[in-house]
Amino acid sequence: MQTSEKPQTTPAPPERSVKEELKKKNPSLVLGLRAVRTGPVLILVLLCIVLFAATPDFLTAGNIANIGIQTSVVAILALGQFLVILTQGIDLSVGSVLSLASVVGAGLFVHAGIGEFAILAMLLVGMLVGFVNGFVLTRWRIPHPFIVTLGTLNVAGGAALLLSNGSAILGSPAIASFLGTGRLLGIPVPVIFTIVLATLAWLFTNRIQAGRWLYALGGNPEGAKRAGIPVKNLLTMAYVLSGLFAACAAIVLVGRTYSGYPIAGLGLELDSIAAVIIGGTSFFGGRGTVGNVIVGALILGVLRNGLNLLNVSSFWQQVAIGVILVVAVGIDVLRSDIEKKIRTAEAKALAS
Amino acid sequence: MTIDNFTDTTGAAVPLLEVKDAVMRFGAVTALNGVNLTLNRGEILALLGDNGAGKSTMIKCISGVQQLSEGQIYLEGQPVSPRTPKEARELGIETVYQDLALFDNMSAAQNFFAGRELTTPKWMGSAGFVRRKAMVKESAKVLERLQVGVHDPNGPVGLMSGGQRQAVAVARAEAWAKRIVILDEPTAALGVRESRNVLELVKRLPQKGISVILISHNMEEVMALADRAIVFRQGRLVGEAIPTPENHEKIVSMIVGADTLKTWS
Repeated sequence: MQTSEKPQTTPAPPERSVKEELKKKNPSLVLGLRAVRTGPVLILVLLCIVLFAATPDFLTAGNIANIGIQTSVVAILALGQFLVILTQGIDLSVGSVLSLASVVGAGLFVHAGIGEFAILAMLLVGMLVGFVNGFVLTRWRIPHPFIVTLGTLNVAGGAALLLSNGSAILGSPAIASFLGTGRLLGIPVPVIFTIVLATLAWLFTNRIQAGRWLYALGGNPEGAKRAGIPVKNLLTMAYVLSGLFAACAAIVLVGRTYSGYPIAGLGLELDSIAAVIIGGTSFFGGRGTVGNVIVGALILGVLRNGLNLLNVSSFWQQVAIGVILVVAVGIDVLRSDIEKKIRTAEAKALAS
Repeated sequence: MTIDNFTDTTGAAVPLLEVKDAVMRFGAVTALNGVNLTLNRGEILALLGDNGAGKSTMIKCISGVQQLSEGQIYLEGQPVSPRTPKEARELGIETVYQDLALFDNMSAAQNFFAGRELTTPKWMGSAGFVRRKAMVKESAKVLERLQVGVHDPNGPVGLMSGGQRQAVAVARAEAWAKRIVILDEPTAALGVRESRNVLELVKRLPQKGISVILISHNMEEVMALADRAIVFRQGRLVGEAIPTPENHEKIVSMIVGADTLKTWS
């Protein structure tokens, strides 16, 4: 059946080391790419150097612990947000989930007498709202997660106000108090807790098959479907995990403030998104690392802390955060531009 | 018009793939109208035809993206009806789609195993750990066997040239396919030199006993590669030919419909 009278073409030529040639010919491109890829770390280091030079109070053990404690809530929220943004999604509900979980946790602890089980209830609340997000998004085929999670932002935020009657509930389970205010070997427990959660998130996105699928889904949704990845379940899982992380952040906050407060998470969804994006995660999905997300959260934390130390008004802090956010996205665009340039340069080098 | 020369000429031997009386309707539009097709083992079969002639619909049905309205697909004589690309792959049918082939944000090795990563332990399913080193090693082996040069195996394929990307996609299909590789315009977006490398690669696929279905608009390419070509027009098969330079003109006239009633032996 095999006819061999077909005209033969010449065999493929061996590939040359194009990268080497490129480095010689166009070192600025390769260097530029390296710089934009380490972007967030670079921003953080520069920020710390500037603040260190500006005020002696910045680099003290007490202040560094402060930054760690203040950053932990946003960092934990950002970890969940990161998983969702990886899939080209967005979760606007994490702040409200934090509020609702904190009210539920403190409320059950104070009024229901279930003791430490209030913590479990908080985690369940987070997962439940996350599940609703994922389920409605994938099964009702709502066009964009922005809409679904805007809905749950309002529902969960309203529920938190209803349950608490609009006022703070004083009280905190012992576990939450430990996670929010404890110290281990002098290190604040919320910082350790954040590191543990970040490690788990890193493990998940780098070493676990379902976590790797988040990158595939975010990189090429149609391709992921055709590759047999269970896209709907995977998306739902991402939102459940995002809710779960928000609940973890709520536990830290309840412990730290010894209360459940119905507007505790107000605006934190935007901080979490900012941390993820400043950390170099592509808003278009499929690109980003857990480490850089933590760096993004630290940039926010350090910036706020430093400007406080320098007595800059919080209005200006907001301006500064906005500028950094847009610059970070600009860096992402620059990265894809440079990558494209390298690709054409390589193609040219191959053809010549 | 009935075309008798599409019946199986090998007699008793069962073809690898056989599609009988395929009909595909989209509302009032009939994209396939009673198509019969056979694919033999180790054969490179070219599907030719103008845009909208039905060839893409045909391969979508074979690769599980769509399902036939009527008719039946047989694989090694057994009736099959893949309902998803995944089911088709489990039957040993891999497809390289024109533009959806790769994950630009992932490396060649990750692309190779996307959706079916090697994991451990097995019982944990998709919660299991990916075996990264094993996957890098396996994919490198395939790329080497198929002589696909990738100068940065750990870099994202989005940074590779179009030809390399397509070569990775074809190699991935070859590695997983047990029976059939379907290629949808594999060189449509490539330059001359890059096309040649990909074509060389496609040519090596039958060495492993894999059959190839090739959709192409490029007659040069079809003549260089295919053992047999079938021509679609308006949802029907209008002819079959061995793609040689002598048959070039006949094939082209079949595609454009200038010479409908002639059949070729």
